[in-house]
Amino acid sequence: MLELDAVRMDLGDFALAADLAVPEGALVAVMGPSGAGKSTLLGALAGFVPLVAGEIRWKGARIDRLAPAQRPLSILFQDHNLLPHLSLFDNVALGLNPTLRLTPQDRARVARALAETGLDGLEHRRPAQLSGGQIGRAGLARVLLRARPLILLDEPFAALGPALKAQMLDLVGQIAAQNGATVLMVTHDPADARHLCDMVLVVAEGRASPPAPTRALLSDPPPALAAYLGSPRA
Amino acid sequence: MLARVVPGALAIVFLICLTSFAVALTLGGGPRATTLELAIWQAFRFDFDLGHAAFLAAVQAGVGFVALGLLALVTRPEVGQGGLDRIAPAPGGGLARGVDTLAIGAAAAFLLVPLGMVLARGLPHVAGLPAPVWAAAARSVMVAGASVLLLGVMAAALTLAALRHRWPEALGSAALTASPLVIGIGLFVVVNPLVAPETLALPVTAVVNAAMALPFALRALIPAARRAEAEFARLSESLGLSAWGHLRLVLWPRLRRPAGFALGLGAALSLGDLGVIVLFAQTGSETLPMQMHALMGAFRMADAAGVAVLLMALALGAFAGLERLIGGRDAGT
Repeated sequence: MLELDAVRMDLGDFALAADLAVPEGALVAVMGPSGAGKSTLLGALAGFVPLVAGEIRWKGARIDRLAPAQRPLSILFQDHNLLPHLSLFDNVALGLNPTLRLTPQDRARVARALAETGLDGLEHRRPAQLSGGQIGRAGLARVLLRARPLILLDEPFAALGPALKAQMLDLVGQIAAQNGATVLMVTHDPADARHLCDMVLVVAEGRASPPAPTRALLSDPPPALAAYLGSPRA
Repeated sequence: MLARVVPGALAIVFLICLTSFAVALTLGGGPRATTLELAIWQAFRFDFDLGHAAFLAAVQAGVGFVALGLLALVTRPEVGQGGLDRIAPAPGGGLARGVDTLAIGAAAAFLLVPLGMVLARGLPHVAGLPAPVWAAAARSVMVAGASVLLLGVMAAALTLAALRHRWPEALGSAALTASPLVIGIGLFVVVNPLVAPETLALPVTAVVNAAMALPFALRALIPAARRAEAEFARLSESLGLSAWGHLRLVLWPRLRRPAGFALGLGAALSLGDLGVIVLFAQTGSETLPMQMHALMGAFRMADAAGVAVLLMALALGAFAGLERLIGGRDAGT
């Protein structure tokens, strides 16, 4: 269980509160209006945004005082997930060993992750030589290799077309199932939430609400989300 | 866009002119063409009035400081200029293109005509240049090498510090307020009671040249470093890269091209410097620009043109070589 216990973040002109729990293994969409704090919430979980109050716990152990790399999570950002001067292989291998001093076993694991994400044969390419979908897969290959129990996705597939995005979401679902991982995915698109997630966590009006089942929440959204989605209830 | 860029560019040109010494010295000047820099030089060289020279140097530094302050006021960092929603300037028509061509052609002619004349006149004399010229060339290369090493260390330290603080930019730009001559006067006053200044001619020249190139190096390096940090610091942290790993895998690949440019520029500036060296050097420690100046003073214009060609070749070679060596194969493309 991921617990955010009376958490508060304060970025000067913007504050966000969260008091919620996410069951282990859940696939959760994080939704809400632009600027509501969805990325800030993920940033706090990942260790980039400091808390002014509260605790974050994973399986009962406090993680909010750990450095980002020590936390039991992998994060994919909207952009800049790959270093442009490194090959695809090295970019993915960073997830296994940040010094890139790899044993033959490490290299075999990287190759396997690339194959599982449909990237075999592209190992030597630089990010500039990859398509948007291949870049998304590369990020996921690294997530797969890190094998952390929490996966945070901060709209990494926002720039992809619907078909390619659906492929990526399926891949996320596969990786999560394979590792038994819990996923928190920021998205603006209810279709993404319906496609992948069994729960939706709404961030609006300065607070993150506890996750609720996707189908129920999207068919009867709270006013802030309804206004954002443009549904008749707003 | 022009309103944002032009005042800063003019302020930089003003600062460079304000601290320019070599051209005024080379062309002689006279009572009606004396600059503040030449007045400092005259107070030092002919009157040996260190107090008066130091006072004039302080005046020059003060004016430079005010100009630097104005530069900071009129130049704004570019933020949010690169988004897809920006308004692209309309392409110019035939008249605008003609004016651009004329302006660029005039600027190129202003540079290329004297260079061409120096080449035409000096090239036949390079092989026959006297031995002291070659010794001076070797000294210039040594000084430039030391200057580039020092510049690299200072620029790296200040660039890394600039990722966390604002002061390194200001510190690095401070060298813009004073010319090598002014800094040289200060150093002369400091070392004169302790040691014979001429024994320190070459090390002091290397240090001052490195300091003078520092503002240009930081202008190239700091924005690139900040951009790399903004884009990849979180990725680096989330993957657990060490400080060395972050430097090696994230920062250096993004900095090597501007670093190659900055160090190449530093080498070229150092090779051509005719500032601090004229205060400290005596017979036996002249650099190539000093030799050229001496030959011109003796009206050996053909030999002076030969030295100018040699100097140009060394400066261009050092610039291109360092840019390629440090910046990588595709540097400059």
